[in-house]
Amino acid sequence: MIRHFIAGALAASVAFAAPAFAQQQKLRIGFITTMSGPQGVIGGYMRDSVELALDHLGRKVGGMDVEVIYGDDQTKPDVGVQVAEEMLKKHNVDFVAGIIWSNVMMAVAPVVNGAGKIMVGTNAGASPLAGNQCNELYFSTSWNNDQTPEAMGKFLQDSGVNDIYVMAPNYQAGKDMVAGLKRYYKGRIVEEVYTKLGQQDYQAEITQLRAKNPKAVFAFYPGGMGIQFLRQYEQAGLHGKLPLYTVYTVDEISIPAVKDAAVGIKEARFWSPDLKNPANEKYVNDYKKKYGKLPVFYGAQSYDGIMLIDSAVKATKGNVKDTKALVQAMRKANYPSIRGPFQFNNNHHPIQNFYLLDTVKLPSGDIEMRIQKTIFEKHKDSYHQDCKMKW
Amino acid sequence: MSWILVFEQLLNGVQLGVTLFLMAAGLTLVLGIMNLVNLAHGSLYMVGAYLTLAATQWTGNYFAGVALGLLGALVIGMLVEVITLRALYERDHLDQVLATFGLILFFNELVAILWGRASLYAQLPGWLRGHVELFAGSTYPVYRLSVIFVGLIVAVVLWYVVTRTRLGMLIRAGATNRTMVAALGVNIRLLYTVVFGFGAALAGLAGVMAGPIYSVQPGMGELILIQVFVVIVIGGIGSVRGALVGALIVGVVDTLGRAFLKPALSTMISPTAGEAAGPALASMLIYLLMAVVLALRPAGLFPARG
Repeated sequence: MIRHFIAGALAASVAFAAPAFAQQQKLRIGFITTMSGPQGVIGGYMRDSVELALDHLGRKVGGMDVEVIYGDDQTKPDVGVQVAEEMLKKHNVDFVAGIIWSNVMMAVAPVVNGAGKIMVGTNAGASPLAGNQCNELYFSTSWNNDQTPEAMGKFLQDSGVNDIYVMAPNYQAGKDMVAGLKRYYKGRIVEEVYTKLGQQDYQAEITQLRAKNPKAVFAFYPGGMGIQFLRQYEQAGLHGKLPLYTVYTVDEISIPAVKDAAVGIKEARFWSPDLKNPANEKYVNDYKKKYGKLPVFYGAQSYDGIMLIDSAVKATKGNVKDTKALVQAMRKANYPSIRGPFQFNNNHHPIQNFYLLDTVKLPSGDIEMRIQKTIFEKHKDSYHQDCKMKW
Repeated sequence: MSWILVFEQLLNGVQLGVTLFLMAAGLTLVLGIMNLVNLAHGSLYMVGAYLTLAATQWTGNYFAGVALGLLGALVIGMLVEVITLRALYERDHLDQVLATFGLILFFNELVAILWGRASLYAQLPGWLRGHVELFAGSTYPVYRLSVIFVGLIVAVVLWYVVTRTRLGMLIRAGATNRTMVAALGVNIRLLYTVVFGFGAALAGLAGVMAGPIYSVQPGMGELILIQVFVVIVIGGIGSVRGALVGALIVGVVDTLGRAFLKPALSTMISPTAGEAAGPALASMLIYLLMAVVLALRPAGLFPARG
């Protein structure tokens, strides 16, 4: 199969002589993530997944030799822009992919798109990029920020849970998560508490929470904040007594750090290592084999991003200068995605399922996440109608 | 709002204060006696947490792990003093900030290389994991109670050492007039190394106790360091008593602010005002407090005379 494509690409290059010669050079992909600092652990998972994708593709993307240039944004938008500009000008990359943080993406995407190159977001889900700032050259293999809490809100609404206590860090994403929750959850909210971003100690808030006597808790605490919150929730004696529903809090990165304190906590997500489809089983099994641990959704999305690029380069027979054709090809989402077959919405964000995940202790003693049920089927984000793009 | 709730929040505040005190005690002595701005104090906190985890795993015993972790923090603190900081005492504060900031980067990367960037799991012995009933319907984590207990013991021991022993006398003298202490024939170099080492061990102890509550990961020290600087500015630089009082004030004010500011604003002004201003004001509260203290008593509440 790949050989045919190479043959095709060769034929094309003979036909179009000079410009095509350049296309026989390497395909270059710039991959921006966070490699340093406390959040560097996420970047490690993403990079490992990109490398696994390259392994699976025989170290060729769309049949072309490939070079992936990794860049570290240090979680800072200005650094992200610097890195992207270096990739575009110095390395002449054909695609830029990656990026964990919405604020970094909001700064980097216009730079990449402005240079006429395609940006493939593999985590950040900033709402403007799904809505009125959507762009032909911007694709996402993850989600819009609001979708995950929307799924949790739907689940809580459907299961008739009432009197919930809401906690999130006091910054844009925290407020977005609560807004997403409330778009589908119409029951009573006992209290909405916003804590300082990066706060370490939640004992004061947990004491207040217990005094209010809610029926359930909804929390959004990504990264280290989540680890601290889950530990302190357990130490306060609430774990197992007061149901905790979270988004972006319990994942394959935080579970090894909190162990039993994560058991029984419910998450909403578009993906899980146990999602049943051939592409995902291959990804998860080989990831475990190669790196000796479970992958996390950040990695799955990054693996997916490389596969998406591969499908587009293949479809255009290596003519990566033809961005129009690349965009047309990417819109088809014609590749084995880790989420199973899916379609892109008009705003280049996936229309996809969302699941309820439970954190379970297996007989082996390992703690893993398991899909319990499908909350949303083919869920569209709430911003696509603001996106003027039609195709 | 019941009195039990207020009491529980006060306890939370004292517990936070005690952790801050352990960090602040070492930092204030180093700043007061050696006139050294040590941004890397948070790194020693991190080193204490990591070494304890590693030693606990290695020995299989929590207390052996803690003992080794503290010893390790002490030794590493002394090594840092001898190898890098000695050259900095005569330089101005900006050079010290630059060099100790470099140490932060060094330690964070070293820890990331040795243990990885992912947060580690800190195991507690079973009896420390539960919670006790203080009053009917009000439970409190045993571990947090023991943190308060350990912190207060350390405070008493420090008070004894600083006010009742010869070493303490030298420390106080050094904070007041170090040239005179050196002129009297005291080996000020050795004194510096010892003080720095014990400051490091105290920071390490704070790190040990923070391990099971917070996230043990590279860069954990910087998250607490800013609050610690607030504590020593409020308490007065160079004063252990100031560090204790400052830490307790900061701990209690921060905790009560987070717990009660929003409901208080909501009832006093309007629910929307509480909603909007409460969380923002609560996270600023200790800095506002610091500004007020600086305006009224620029040298802090308990300035070391000098």
